[in-house]
This record gives sequence, structure tokens and C-alpha cells, in this order.
Amino acid sequence: MIARRPLPAWAEIAVLPLVNIALAFLTVGIIVRIIGVDPFHALSLLVVGALGSSESIGYTFYYATNFIFTGLAVAVAFHAGLFNIGGEGQAYIGGLGCGLAILALDRYLPAPLMIPIAILAAALFGAAWAAVPAWLQAWRGSHIVITTIMFNFLAAALMVYLMVNVLIAPGSMTPQSRNFADSGKLMSMHDALAAIGITVAPSAANVSILLAVLCCIGVWVFLWHTPWGYALRTMGHNPEAAVYAGTNLRHMTMLTMCISGGLAGFVGVNELMGVHHRIVLDFPAGYGFAGIAVALMGRSHPVGIVLAALLFGALQQGGAELAFEIPSMTRETVVVIQGLIILFSGALVNMPRPWLQWLFSSRRAERP
Amino acid sequence: MAAVPAIELSGIQKSFGSVHAVRGVSLSIAKGAITGIVGENGAGKSTLMSILYGLYRADAGEIRIDGQPMRMDNPHDAIAHGIGMVHQHFMLVDTFTVLENLVLGAEGGPLLAGGLAAARAELERLAREYGLSVNPDARIADLSVGEQQRVEILKVLFRGANILILDEPSAVLTPQETDQLFRILETLKERGVTIVLITHKLREIMAATDHVYVMRQGQIVADRRTADTSPEELAELMVGRKVRLQLDKAAPKVGDVLLAAEKLSLVDQRGVRLLDNVDLELRAGEIVGIAGVSGNGQTELLQILSGIRRPSSGTLTVCGRLIDAHHPTDPAEMRALGLAHVPEDRLRQGMVAAFQASETAILGYQAEPPFCRNYLLDQPAVGRHCATLMDRFDVRPRAPALRSSNFSGGNQQKLVLAREMDRTPRVLLVGQPTRGVDIGAIEFIHRELVKSRDQGCAVLVVSVELDEILSLADRIVVMFAGRITGEVPAGRADERTLGLMMAGAHA
Repeated sequence: MIARRPLPAWAEIAVLPLVNIALAFLTVGIIVRIIGVDPFHALSLLVVGALGSSESIGYTFYYATNFIFTGLAVAVAFHAGLFNIGGEGQAYIGGLGCGLAILALDRYLPAPLMIPIAILAAALFGAAWAAVPAWLQAWRGSHIVITTIMFNFLAAALMVYLMVNVLIAPGSMTPQSRNFADSGKLMSMHDALAAIGITVAPSAANVSILLAVLCCIGVWVFLWHTPWGYALRTMGHNPEAAVYAGTNLRHMTMLTMCISGGLAGFVGVNELMGVHHRIVLDFPAGYGFAGIAVALMGRSHPVGIVLAALLFGALQQGGAELAFEIPSMTRETVVVIQGLIILFSGALVNMPRPWLQWLFSSRRAERP
Repeated sequence: MAAVPAIELSGIQKSFGSVHAVRGVSLSIAKGAITGIVGENGAGKSTLMSILYGLYRADAGEIRIDGQPMRMDNPHDAIAHGIGMVHQHFMLVDTFTVLENLVLGAEGGPLLAGGLAAARAELERLAREYGLSVNPDARIADLSVGEQQRVEILKVLFRGANILILDEPSAVLTPQETDQLFRILETLKERGVTIVLITHKLREIMAATDHVYVMRQGQIVADRRTADTSPEELAELMVGRKVRLQLDKAAPKVGDVLLAAEKLSLVDQRGVRLLDNVDLELRAGEIVGIAGVSGNGQTELLQILSGIRRPSSGTLTVCGRLIDAHHPTDPAEMRALGLAHVPEDRLRQGMVAAFQASETAILGYQAEPPFCRNYLLDQPAVGRHCATLMDRFDVRPRAPALRSSNFSGGNQQKLVLAREMDRTPRVLLVGQPTRGVDIGAIEFIHRELVKSRDQGCAVLVVSVELDEILSLADRIVVMFAGRITGEVPAGRADERTLGLMMAGAHA
């Protein structure tokens, strides 16, 4: 079947997501109106809350860092035709990895050694947690969507057990580990900027955002500029052609999921090494799931993912301000807003496509 | 022709985006006759018929059925006006019986029993009237391909069609089954059914039709009584220039055995024997053709020979490397040994539709220099390589950055062939070299295959087109039900004996 004329590339990347977001905000506006709040007032609060001060911008970046990691994780798997819904668990276990490394070594190693080891441990643990479902799919045929979801629950249960029974700081009443020594902490963004003479308000943003940028570049190079990335994309588009080309699908599934899990594991770096400075419970807080929406909205491309992550980060931060300022807009309302954005840019992503195509082709038809 | 034609199309236009698929086609299909529409792939035959059948809406033009202007908005309209279509790929439910398939979509009420009984009576009437006998209680999966096609035709007649459109009906049939089909069509014609036969096989046009329209680039370029034309003239009209249907080639200079299969068998998980003791030898400098109706083990044989699947038993020796169930290989190793493989289904195996042509042009060779240096893909080198291949094999358009799926079938096939022949392989396996490829490109591909044979390459061609095997191969091997049922030197092969072997009868 011959399809309608495809959209120009720039419209595909820029216009379609904007239309999706506009539709989402329109719907949100109607809902907010129903609650009895002026939508424009809410919108201005949201925007100011996310971008109004150097502090709020810092928080937006901090949230965006997490979304970049999980978005990249989903995107890498997606390019290989695998749907990794286990970002949540992989982030959790990745955090455990870097936490364990730091708890074991932070008293002996200086920061320049400790931090790379901890980051590596986060990647390894995240990868290992993804490797099990990958192995189950590659050799046993268990569908990876099912197993990665189940592994989220396993990760949560494991962490509760470890935090309550094993890693809890002696004498503590809450399930959290002892504080990391300074060598296991990442420099915060305001300290880092202060060192080069820029003063900003303190926030949770820390230098792991640089790691996120490195990951974006790394994923881009890997996927589009190495023979393995080529084979990975071949598997995603056409597994039979990948077999024909000599790619071992089992090995490629393992490699893909390990990279994906490792990327998700970096959420632990941002959260534990950058902010909490100890192992805590529930720090992935839905970033793993939101990563699916980020990857979808970012068209599984690093640049798109950065943009989508910034949007989600701004929503997270602005939404928190909104809930604080307007009592009738509860935390849950903000979740509804995020959910609608995910709905429109994820599930309904193709809904406006025919309209746009019609628009573009009719415009073209007018030109002789 | 004084009578009102069954179908009259006038000024039909259809564009898909910038592609003008049908350009002002007007034709009339006579009642109670067999009319052929012939043209190359992409000439617009199928689009035209899809418009007639209501699958697409024409941009402009008029359809008249029995002289009455009609609108065809969907297949229901077409069926209501007595138009039925038999698709190239059967639309049958394998696990249902003939009767159940017949009533599918016309069950006649919430309970099946009544509808089935009525259908059984109707089926008997049709069988009597048209001589189309099929056991109504047989499961589709148990029927031969020819019988399945008969069910498709019955399905259309059951819906009350008196105009029958057949799209490439012989693609899956042996020559004998094709003859049978033509006899059925003849009977239908005598009973007053109007038949439209779409095909690219000139032999069939000559054998079955009364009248033929030739399409090229979305237009009707000729309109002939079949009795007044010849295959040569039709081929020339289709392509727009003189075409040599015969391939010139010198006698082969046969060298060493490069590929040898001994008692190769393949049993799948359910215990079905897909290949049964296949012995095959392939020597440098010869083209061996494997003939057979599709689905008789050729696909599996190619998979084993190219390293994609491992045999269950038996041995395979390729360029000195021994392969059996315990010493499996993989396509990458086979490539390193000097074996190249043009897969049967280029869209599903040989290329990645979403990739740029330049990316498709390195499929399987992506980790080798000059494409990969220092662990990174050298994109400019990949692009240059693709441009070179496109020049050598005349791939159009010459656009390495264009998506692979945007090339026509013939150009995709040329690109895959170019990729595989570029490294002057010692063994070349080619599955369906010209499936979905237009005549002009067929000529070119055949000449290239003969050229690489003359350079000492051992070439294995698997094709369901008997004409192709007959004109290309130096030696013809026939497969049926996973076995090799005969081997004939090309000089002594004829269609009849090969056809018998293809049907499993030992000649």
C-alpha cells in the first residue's frame, strides 16, 4: 500500500511534537478550568516555577538529567526493537551499585578514583539487572516487556529488604544507609559554577548532567557511527536481515539491554551521589517509566531526548510549584498533566500526522 | 463489438503524492471474454485494478459497469456490482474448511448452521455448473496450491460475481497447474463470466486471453487482439524498446567443486522433514539452477547453504570448510570464506527498508574495511562505495542517501546484487534473482550473473520462474517436497519434463 506523502523531516522533528504538546496543554487547560482554576494563571505559575529563577532552572536541569538517562535507555533498546520497560528497576539497582561501591571504598579512596569507580558500578549493576531479562528473552523466549516489568517489582522488593535489614545505618530509625564520605559525593552545579565565577542559587543540579551529555554523545556515536550500532539498528528494523548479515541476535539482545540498563543505572549517580549522598528508598520515583515517554517524544534520537527531558524536567519542577501555590491543584493534578502529555506525545503521537500531511500536501498543491 | 462492454473505464487518474501511478487510462472489457492486462512491475496494473475493486478512489475518471456509471468506494460496492478479485496471495484461513472459508464475511445470521447448509447447496451448484470440484469439508491447509486457488475463485463466484479479476494467478503454480487454471477460466468464459487477467508473463497472455491491453508507466500503450500479436511485440511494447528474450552465453568452463552438499536434511521442531537427503555439487564457472514450485524446500536449502540455518544431518563443504549439525557456521563466516548470498526475499532479508541505500549497501560487510576503521563507520567511504555500486549496476535514482524502500523493486534488487557481487565471491547463491523486477532489469541481471560465471564464480540460482532457469542454468536441478527429484543438463531440458518433476513425478 502506498502511503500518504510523508512529512518533511523538519516538520517531523519540530512541528509534530509541538502540535502534540499544544493538544496536551489544551486538554489540560480544560481540566484545570473544570477544577475552577484559571488555566492561564496556572500556566504562568508553571512556567515561572520551572524557569523563573536560577534555583528553579537548576531543579529543572536536575530532573531533566534523570529523564535523559532513562530516555536514552529506552531509546537504545527501542532501536534494537526491544521494549525496555524496566528502566525503573535498572535505575534502582544501578543506584544500589554505586552506593555499595561508595560505602565499601569511600574511606580509602580519593574522589578522582572513587567517583569513576562508583559511576562504573552504577552502570554495571544496571546492566546486570537488564541482562537477566535479556538472557531470558534471547535464550528462553520470555517476552522482555513482561520480564522487565517484573524485574521492577523484584528490584523494589530487594531494595526494601536490603535497606531495612542490611544497609540501614546503625541506630537510624529510617531505612537509609550512612552518609557517603566527601569522596563519594558529586559536586553540585552551584559549587561548580561558583568555581568559575558564576553565582547561582543552590539547587539539586549537580555535575552528573555532564555525564548525561556525554551519554547523549556516546549513544549517538554508537548507534550511527559504529558497526555494532549499525547491526543493532538492523536488528531493530529487520531481524531477518540482521541474521542474514551475520549478526547473532542473542548476543545483540544482550549487548543492547546491557547498554540500556547501564544508562538507566546512571539515575542512581544523579540521585545518590549528586543529591542524597546516601542510599535511600524509592529514589527512581517513576523516572524509569517517564523515560519511555521521553524516548517516544524525542523520536529516540539523543537531541530529541534532551529536548523532551528538559520539557519533562520543567513540568516536574513547575508542577511542584503549582501544587504549592494553588491548593486545589494537588500533586495528583500535576501527575494528570504529565500523564496527558505522555498520552498525546506517546500513545496519540500519530493522531495529528494526517492533518499535518493534509496541510502540507494541500499547501504544496497550490504551488504549481 | 456492438454489445455493451462489461466494464468501461475512461480517463482514470490516480496519483500517490508525486507519483502519477495511473495517467488517464481508458479501456473496455468485453463481456464473456478473457481480457489480459500486461505490463512491467510498477506499470500501474495493480493500482488500476484496485481502483476498479474499490480499494483506492480514482482522482478523476469514470467507471461504467454494463454501461451504468458507478462509484466504487470500497470492495463491498465492487462485490455488489458483481466484481470479484482473486489476489496473488490467497486470503484463506488455513485451519478452516473450504465451506467455512466460503461463508466468511457472509455467514448469514448469528448461527452458522443455516448459512453453512445454504452454502453447501450453492457450492454444489457452482461445482456442477462450472466444473469446479472441491471437497467442501477439506481443510485449506490440506489442499494443494492449485486447489486453494480454486477455492479463491469459488469464493468470488459464491458472492455472485460475474466479473472475475485475477492478479498474477500463476505465481505459485506449476506449469501443469497453470494449464489447469486456464482450462477453468475457459469453462467460466463459456458460462458467460467476464475475466480480467493481470500478469507479466507473456506466455500466459498468449495462451489464455482473447484481448490484451499493454500498460507502461501508468498508461495504456497498446490494445491488441491476442491472435494478432506476438510475445516479442508485447515485450517491446511493455518495455518501450526492443528486448532480447533469449540470453546469449558461451559454454561453461567448469572448474573445481566449491560447494558440495551430501545427504543434507532438515527437520523442524514439529518433526516435519523440510529437506530430505539433498545431494548437490556446485563447481566454479557454472550456473546451477534449482527449479521447483515455491515452498518445496528451496528456501531452507538456501538458508543452510548460506549459514543461516544449521542442517539436522548430512554435511556441507564450502571452499574447504566442513559444516554439519555439530560444526555449524554463521553467515559472517560464510562471507569470509567467499560465499555471497542474494536472498530470495530482498525486502525481508536482503535490505533494511528504513535505511539509506548506502547503509543497505554495506549490510553484512559493515565491520570490514574500508567501511569500518578504528571501530567507527566511515560514512563518507560508505556513501562513495554506494555511489560506485550504483554506477556499475545502473541503480536509479543514483541517490545513496535515499531510503532503500523508495527504490523500485528492480533497483533494490540491483543494489543487493551489486553489494554481493562487488567482492568477486567464489560462490554466489541467488534466490529469485528477478522476482518483482521489470524486463529491462531482468536482462541486465542475467547478463551480470553469466559474467560472474565466466569469471570463475560458482553460481546457484533458485527460481520459481521456469523460463529464467531454462535460459540461465547450465545444469538444472528440480526440487519437490524437500527432495531433489531430478537433474538435467540445460541443453536437454524442456518445460514438460521439468514440470512433471516439479510435481513430484519422476521423469
